[in-house]
Amino acid sequence: MDLNDLYRDVIVDHNKSPRNFGDLTDADHSAQGFNPLCGDELTVYLNIKDDQITDVRFKGQGCAISIASASLMTEKLKGLSVEDTRQLFGKVHSMLTADAPDIPVDEMGKLAALQGVRAYPSRVKCASLCWHTVIAALDKRATPVSTE
Amino acid sequence: MSSTATEIAASEHSEAPDFGRLRADFPTLNQRVNGHPLCYLDNAATTQKPESVISAVANYYRKNNANVHRGVHTLSERATADYEGAREKLRQFIGAESTREIVFTRGTTEAINLVAQAYLRPLVSSGDEVLITGLEHHSNIVPWQMVCEQTGASLKVAALDENGEVRLDEFHRLLSDKTRFVAVSHVSNALGTVNPVGEMIEAAKTRGVPILLDGAQALPHMHVDVRDLDCDFYALSSHKMFGPTGIGALYGKASLLEAMPPYQGGGDMISMVSFEETRYNDLPYKFEAGTPNIAGAIGLGAAIDYLNAIGMTQILNHEKAMVAAALDGLSTIPGLRLIGRPRERAGAISFVIDGIHPHDIGTIVDADGVAIRTGHHCAMPVMQHFGLPATARASFAFYNNEADIERLLRALEHCRNVFA
Ligand SMILES: Cc1ncc(COP(=O)(O)O)c(C=O)c1O
Repeated sequence: MDLNDLYRDVIVDHNKSPRNFGDLTDADHSAQGFNPLCGDELTVYLNIKDDQITDVRFKGQGCAISIASASLMTEKLKGLSVEDTRQLFGKVHSMLTADAPDIPVDEMGKLAALQGVRAYPSRVKCASLCWHTVIAALDKRATPVSTE
Repeated sequence: MSSTATEIAASEHSEAPDFGRLRADFPTLNQRVNGHPLCYLDNAATTQKPESVISAVANYYRKNNANVHRGVHTLSERATADYEGAREKLRQFIGAESTREIVFTRGTTEAINLVAQAYLRPLVSSGDEVLITGLEHHSNIVPWQMVCEQTGASLKVAALDENGEVRLDEFHRLLSDKTRFVAVSHVSNALGTVNPVGEMIEAAKTRGVPILLDGAQALPHMHVDVRDLDCDFYALSSHKMFGPTGIGALYGKASLLEAMPPYQGGGDMISMVSFEETRYNDLPYKFEAGTPNIAGAIGLGAAIDYLNAIGMTQILNHEKAMVAAALDGLSTIPGLRLIGRPRERAGAISFVIDGIHPHDIGTIVDADGVAIRTGHHCAMPVMQHFGLPATARASFAFYNNEADIERLLRALEHCRNVFA
């Protein structure tokens, strides 16, 4: 296990200065997510127009992995269609968990920085919390998602 | 093997034991983790087991495996003698008057649930109150909430101050004519605070209110005498005091236990069963339905032998010095903030570091072979009191030493570098 593989520069940077952080007051979709084990909590806000994500922001608190993952996610989702977002979630999920993942690096872009999480099973939930939350927002689920 | 403890037993009361050598009695401590020798500082979650405990458990399964209190055959008699022998060891260890007052349970959690359901639930109704403190582990909160939900009684909580100590003025104020029961931790797992249980017990006694102590975090660190304390119930877990998991005990004053209905029904807890009538067994068996954790109890007995051989006073003194050194060392780490500064502390130190989430601290120090706990420590209300989602917690046992503290400090420097 190499720690540098987990805490890559991109991750440290996005934790320190999260992108798209804060409220989105006129959001038409939003959802909350909790990771009770470590106390992480995120709120993800979306604006969707013609089936495309036009804006996405998040706020909350959590470890470096969950904040950086959420930050990277928001960068990635802007401009994506709802269907593409759902598909990307599946790919991110298998990148974080599968034994021998075939990571479509081109498509993943900076999200690939999170692949180091795979070696740390207790941290997978940190990285995936924002994704579960965004799917809940798309589904317009009222109850907060929980990783437990 | 266990010879070290035996040798120490021989020299007991003469000079301080060689704590450095005791470490060799613990096989798990002798391994590398992520390329580094294991530095185990998560003793409040569970302690490691000495070889003598491991072999006592193995010996039961290898040589004496039989059910207890059942057969007349030789193995059953051996198993019964060892199981009951462990009860007697525990009785002596905590200073109970009789083995009738020692009920084996799965651990602290089950002991507290037993008291909540079998003692308190039949006694309370709407308008009655149960008093706990803001320092409690979830297992000393939820069982009382359940009784309150079932009966209409209400739960009162004596708040903490900024040092992580229970506000005694609040405790006294909330202890009222309506209070039917008091449950407090002896030592906090989240902050290491030692509660002034003497004063709390006396206050409860004065009002004639029974009191339970959650002793899970006290027994590994200090001598406990339930008759000196004069508490009504005392709950404990074997795995926190160097014994096996899945076993623990409830101490209860015989007069209270006698008046209580059984907790669970089944074998062993009866003296006679017909379809018309069942007569319950005597104490403590009335509360031990079903085949118990025989190997666990025997292992707990071996852990108690081990602790007695060292001496709890020696352990207390050794740990006091170690925890003081750890606090000094931690105070040199830039950006580190201690969470809870109790006047009396045992075992645990909680802290946070500016700009680094506790979860990341846990992962990074683990890469250096240092095991600490991060999170809410099953004490979410304590975290809420300090306005934190989580803390990092280093918790000590007698087998830890200065080198472990040094390792922790270096690993925390490493954390700061990762996020520099
Ligand atoms: C103070 C305290 N009370 C109760 C418990 C619960 O003990 P167990 O899980 O062994 O039942 C613990 C264990 O973490 C504890 O630290």
